[in-house]
Amino acid sequence: MEAFQQHTGVALPLQRDNIDTDAIIPSREMRSVSKSGLAAGLFAPWRYLQADERIPNPDFPLNQSRYEGASILIAGNNFGCGSSREHAVWALMEAGFRVIIAPAFATIFFNNALRNGLLPVTLGPDDCTALLSFGADDPQQCQVTVDLQACSVTAGDRVYAFEIAADARRMLLEGLDEIGLTELDGDRVAAFEQADRRRRPWVYLDQGESS
Amino acid sequence: MPETLFDKLWREHEVRRLSDSRSLIYVDRIFLHERTGSVALASLEQGGRRVRQRAHTFCTMDHIVDTLPGRGDDTLMPGGRDFIVTTRSSARAAGIQLFDINDRDQGIVHVISPELGIALPGTTLVCPDSHTCTLGGLGALAWGVGSTEAAHALATSTLRVQRPQNHRVTFQGQLSPGTTAKDMILFTIRELSAAGGAGHALEFSGEAIRELSVEGRLTLCNMATELSAFTALIAPDDKVIRYLEGRPFAPRGSLWQSATAHWQTLVSDPDARFDAETRLSVAGLKPQLSWGTSPEHSMDWDDSVPDPEQAPTGATRDAWRRAQDYMDLRPGSRLGDYPLDAAFMGSCTNSRLSDLRLAADFLAQSGQRVAPGVKALCVPGSGGVKRAAEAEGLHHVFTEAGFEWREPGCSLCFYAGGEGFGPGSRVVSTTNRNFEGRQGPGVRTHLASPLSVVASACAGHLVAAEAV
Repeated sequence: MEAFQQHTGVALPLQRDNIDTDAIIPSREMRSVSKSGLAAGLFAPWRYLQADERIPNPDFPLNQSRYEGASILIAGNNFGCGSSREHAVWALMEAGFRVIIAPAFATIFFNNALRNGLLPVTLGPDDCTALLSFGADDPQQCQVTVDLQACSVTAGDRVYAFEIAADARRMLLEGLDEIGLTELDGDRVAAFEQADRRRRPWVYLDQGESS
Repeated sequence: MPETLFDKLWREHEVRRLSDSRSLIYVDRIFLHERTGSVALASLEQGGRRVRQRAHTFCTMDHIVDTLPGRGDDTLMPGGRDFIVTTRSSARAAGIQLFDINDRDQGIVHVISPELGIALPGTTLVCPDSHTCTLGGLGALAWGVGSTEAAHALATSTLRVQRPQNHRVTFQGQLSPGTTAKDMILFTIRELSAAGGAGHALEFSGEAIRELSVEGRLTLCNMATELSAFTALIAPDDKVIRYLEGRPFAPRGSLWQSATAHWQTLVSDPDARFDAETRLSVAGLKPQLSWGTSPEHSMDWDDSVPDPEQAPTGATRDAWRRAQDYMDLRPGSRLGDYPLDAAFMGSCTNSRLSDLRLAADFLAQSGQRVAPGVKALCVPGSGGVKRAAEAEGLHHVFTEAGFEWREPGCSLCFYAGGEGFGPGSRVVSTTNRNFEGRQGPGVRTHLASPLSVVASACAGHLVAAEAV
């Protein structure tokens, strides 16, 4: 997984509440058993007037030159609700996003983001609005810096502090492979199972087999 | 120290505490499907790892497979075949049990896992699918994960989980006839909001829960994810024990005795502390319909579409405006004023035998047929549901009333690019999401109970059965 330490980029506004993963990447845009090939489908329902022909909707910020190269998304409350599809995170990253800032995230999306090096930053709605007004006139010049070491978002002379759980932060800073980390606890898991087979024998479907 | 039901399940599965708020949690069951499970199996293979507990890992074909009679690996969805073929070969290579397209038990993952006794009270179950919370209706601690976490669970039989807080929702009073678990959950989401469960494991309790059938409880817990909750739970009782006895993967003999003894301990202690408490009365609750593009946009079926100018906040006003624009609704109008184009019976929310019986009883007793111009589908949730329904002749009731009778699967609950409802069409649906474009580009979805769906299909506009 890609590590995340600090990032500076153009912030793109999408201040709607409850942006669901069907809107981030519709099911019909997930066309193969793959984590890639998803960027063109990102926000397809809003981004295109005709999704099939890929006719861009000029009113959607992602299509506007002033937000070209945007890598920080500022969204409304409960971002990423709905389907568990990790494709939502893969599509955002493939399209160049490294940070999502919102007042709150849906849990599955949040967990998926952490596991792919996409930083979810939780900031209050007023701070989100202030960040957006900072970049409103010239988003290319007024870039935003997100620093995970310092847990801060900097926009001009304003600095906003954010909180993130210590282990989530470490996972991102170090780009940790969680499976590898858990495998180090293999003996504990085996010991748990051994004791658990006595407590809850009815859970184990491999009765008679050795595990 | 007194514990909640959730606290007990967490403690019983805690392998190791990783930090104050995070633990390594043992996963008893993993279920996969061809949409997102295929990616999880592929990344496991690419990492050179194998499935650690094959006997506890299952896979079904439900999301992409067609539901038309005579179906095979080819699908209406472009590229769908690749998902099916890849999932089949990965599942075989991994040595896990696959409920393949023509398996007699194939069906929607959250319909077959309780039906086959794979999900059990007191077990942890994960699936790369947000509606995994359905199984909380049995008293299983079950939650949806992404494909990367699914691969972690496959490789290690565990997950590293942030511990949620406890939120009890107590339902007082009794449902009126004609009002169902679906109406209860739409009402709950409307009251608590689409983010109202964030960071919490919900426990549903109270008189109305005790009265609900097991299938009704599955419907209720199914939509906990629409509250953005971690999951939902209902304490298992005798109804659950009777429901599970004799199911293919349920324990037998002395193991059954030991299991049921354990399940009886799975209840919140009387003085357990909840971080949040909500009380809702369902006495006199009317059938609910969604009007907008989030399940929180729900109302009594005969209410008026709300006026954005009356919204509590500016953000809500903007959301209501956008939703009403998308849904082509006028503030102050009634949902019954708009003609319907289609009706859908099915999905992990409402495709079980009791749902089909309820709908078929309405059709049989009212003698009504689907209104001209309305496309109506009934998609049983599993092979087991379909066989049982056909044994009772329910398929004749549906087809004679003008419904298509399909093969089991997720079907038109969402649009994968193949079969969908046409742009701009207005659909009444027993499913769980009315998001923009969920059932096809430009499709306008109204969520409703099975009773309201069949009553509306016959009326040609949105209505509740109580009015017919």
